[in-house]
Amino acid sequence: MSGIPMEFGLLLSAVLFVIGLVGVLVRRNLIMILMSLEVMLNATGLAFIVAGSRWGQADGQIMFLLILTLAAAEVGVGLGLVLQVFHRFHTLDADSVNEMQG
Amino acid sequence: MVLILFCIASAVAIFATVMMVTRLNAVHGLLYLILSLLAVGVIFFLLGAHFAAVLEVIIYAGAIMVLFVFVIMMLNQGHKTTEQERIWLQPGIWIGPSVLALILFVEMLVIVVLGGSAETGYIVNAKQVGIALYGPYLLAVELASILLLAGLVGAYHLGKPMLKITKKGGEL
Repeated sequence: MSGIPMEFGLLLSAVLFVIGLVGVLVRRNLIMILMSLEVMLNATGLAFIVAGSRWGQADGQIMFLLILTLAAAEVGVGLGLVLQVFHRFHTLDADSVNEMQG
Repeated sequence: MVLILFCIASAVAIFATVMMVTRLNAVHGLLYLILSLLAVGVIFFLLGAHFAAVLEVIIYAGAIMVLFVFVIMMLNQGHKTTEQERIWLQPGIWIGPSVLALILFVEMLVIVVLGGSAETGYIVNAKQVGIALYGPYLLAVELASILLLAGLVGAYHLGKPMLKITKKGGEL
């Protein structure tokens, strides 16, 4: 139906997800980690949209909407935590916040 | 035709995301992240999900990124900020994102002008989404609203000490 094969969309979604995952694992700046998390959430939303477009159903876009609200709430709380961490430790390095010695 | 547009937009999205992850400066990463989100928005449009494309641009690239910009600017206050801004705004920094944005803009122009030939198969419009949203998915909408409320309360609670500090005029 659509001119775009489903595999291409899912492949793009997987690639974006892996790039975001690598960003979360590699970067130590808290803001960069949050931004990579955004990329990962966006990639999952893309997978839902591709599936919804493949079957011509509205469910994919509804799942994307729910992911959007999740991302908004996550960013709000996450950036609040970043402000707190910067206030207490005067750094944004995720490795320096290891006072619990876990 | 649609496939070519899709491939260009995916290339822009992947390139922008890789650049985002590899930038050392958070502001430069933010520029490329916005580009990545816009490219994914174009892909949504090509897939026939126009409502999701609009939401992607307005909420993701608009509202959520503004939060990031606010926090980055809050954490960089001080008298050295102007010097920093001048370094940030060197041509080498913004030319890359501008070129990518131009590619996406040309692509949108091609879609709008060609219209019929760039037709994207089955289109799920906003009306269908709305009917499904307030029909079978009503509980999910309520849960999402509770999640947003929880996020609001959490963000306010975490940010409240900052409000006190800024009122006293102290250094963050």
